Amino acid sequence: MASAFWCIVEDDRAGRPKKVTGEVLGEGARLARQLGGQVEAVWLTDKATDEGLKQLAEWGAARVWLLENPALAPYRGEVWTPALAELAAAQTPQAIFGAVTARQRELLARLAARLGVGLAADSVAFSAQDGKLVATRPVYAGKLLSKVGWSKPPWLATLRPNVFRLEDPKTGAAPQIERPAVAISQGTMTLAERKEEASTGLPELTEADIVVSGGRGMKGPENFVILEELAKVVGAAVGASRAAVDAGWRPHRFQIGQTGRTISPKLYLGFGISGAIQHLAGMRTSKIIVAVNKDPEAPIFKVADFGIVGDLFEVVPLLTQEFKRLLEK
Amino acid sequence: MKILVPIKQVPDTATQVKIAADAKGIDTTGITWIVSPYDEYAVEEALRIKEKRGQGEVVAVTLGPERAKEALRSCLAMGADRALHLRDPAWENADSLTVARALAAAIKQEAPQLVLFGRQAIDDDMGAVPAQVADLLGWPCASWIMEETISEDGKSVRAGRQVEGALEIFTIPLPCVLSAQKGLNEPRYPTLKGIMGAKKKEIKDVKAADLGQTADGAQLFVVALEALPPRPPGRIVPGEPAEAVKELVRSLREDAKAI
Repeated sequence: MASAFWCIVEDDRAGRPKKVTGEVLGEGARLARQLGGQVEAVWLTDKATDEGLKQLAEWGAARVWLLENPALAPYRGEVWTPALAELAAAQTPQAIFGAVTARQRELLARLAARLGVGLAADSVAFSAQDGKLVATRPVYAGKLLSKVGWSKPPWLATLRPNVFRLEDPKTGAAPQIERPAVAISQGTMTLAERKEEASTGLPELTEADIVVSGGRGMKGPENFVILEELAKVVGAAVGASRAAVDAGWRPHRFQIGQTGRTISPKLYLGFGISGAIQHLAGMRTSKIIVAVNKDPEAPIFKVADFGIVGDLFEVVPLLTQEFKRLLEK
Repeated sequence: MKILVPIKQVPDTATQVKIAADAKGIDTTGITWIVSPYDEYAVEEALRIKEKRGQGEVVAVTLGPERAKEALRSCLAMGADRALHLRDPAWENADSLTVARALAAAIKQEAPQLVLFGRQAIDDDMGAVPAQVADLLGWPCASWIMEETISEDGKSVRAGRQVEGALEIFTIPLPCVLSAQKGLNEPRYPTLKGIMGAKKKEIKDVKAADLGQTADGAQLFVVALEALPPRPPGRIVPGEPAEAVKELVRSLREDAKAI
């Protein structure tokens, strides 16, 4: 049997895989071609949908290992890990990849301990060296890149969202589904309550293609409304710097940076953000960076692709208008 | 209730880090060391649990070289009762799993009811050790917690973990592992009295053999540490705001194809 590159499915808790799973499958497929093997999906869920299974096949999964059991929702590491470890012991995949999400970053760490193998968390690139996998991961607040290798397979890694490309969809591909018999425990921790965050009507910060972000230069919580207006026009998420969060202007879950979220959007627009190392750690891998700041010496201009030296309170409304005009065309 | 808090000494974020001559690690000369910020949330939460219950013991533990004692001293100054310093040549090139195994062995000996970690250390940002320790011990765990309440009988904890778009609150039987996310609390500064008192508190050296650990070799190894590839130089879009904005949007659309 060809060696397998497994990708753990991240879903929306309603039976549909998230886009990041397409990214993980995409990278898995490219590495499988390079190193020999095929890419497969492993889905632990309480309820899969036909549409979701088809999606995995279209994203390139040659096979879908489906573990479907009510005890698998909500995610609990103590329940998922032994099930996945049992399947891995039986099937001996070459690699097991996950996405950097709340549950998978914990799951892959637990699994690495269970299997006694290495884990490269938050990887942003892979290469093959002498038939073995090497992962690249940002370290020291993104100031350096660490290239790491594994002593033995399976190679475990989590992949940063929005960094890896999806393969061209295999339209119409039918999933080959395996339902292995694996023991699922009931677990000891129980969900008491799930508190949904107040919906902003905007995309999730780590999943958004475009992120608009404000810092100390926003001057107060009331002014973030101009960023929200801009965000609505371009379909962006709104983030904030640590200065803005520590001042109490935005809840912590919107903080981008070393002590907040790490994002990698196609387009990042920072307003009134100086660009302290701690902020850069969270957005440095964005594809295009735009900075607007009054201070021409602000360090953010050193990493920005485009900058405007000016007053954000003038620039933001003009940008909103201009984007609106462009997108209405 | 006994609470164990594993911590790590890391370079201060603002410190310049330089790659060492062997290109596998950093040159540590001139570095300012701190307790990893997330670990401070863990220490603070442990102290609050002890204070609220009116009794208990908070034990800080780290694995690292001699200098890591300073980090333990900082935790003792905050109010931890005593500390363990895991230090042995066998752990010199430790990866996450080696550290997790050493910590799990120390935890078995100490038998705390709760182990509180920071969500990740801000040097290698791996964030794997808390969950790995939980798995090695066969304990449940909740990562990135934003709130917690220990039940009155001390048998379980209600902990809220941060997930995409929500807070999931679990009832977890003790013992368990929790990892702290920013927002859990605001860590205290050590008082002068705390700093003086810390000098008299015990820091026990623990060798690999004391924990029945051997140098089993890292599962993940560094091939090379590299500087970031330089970003292509950026462009300051000149002109009055209205002009600059028009040109910026055009560039984003036509040159960068970002929108």
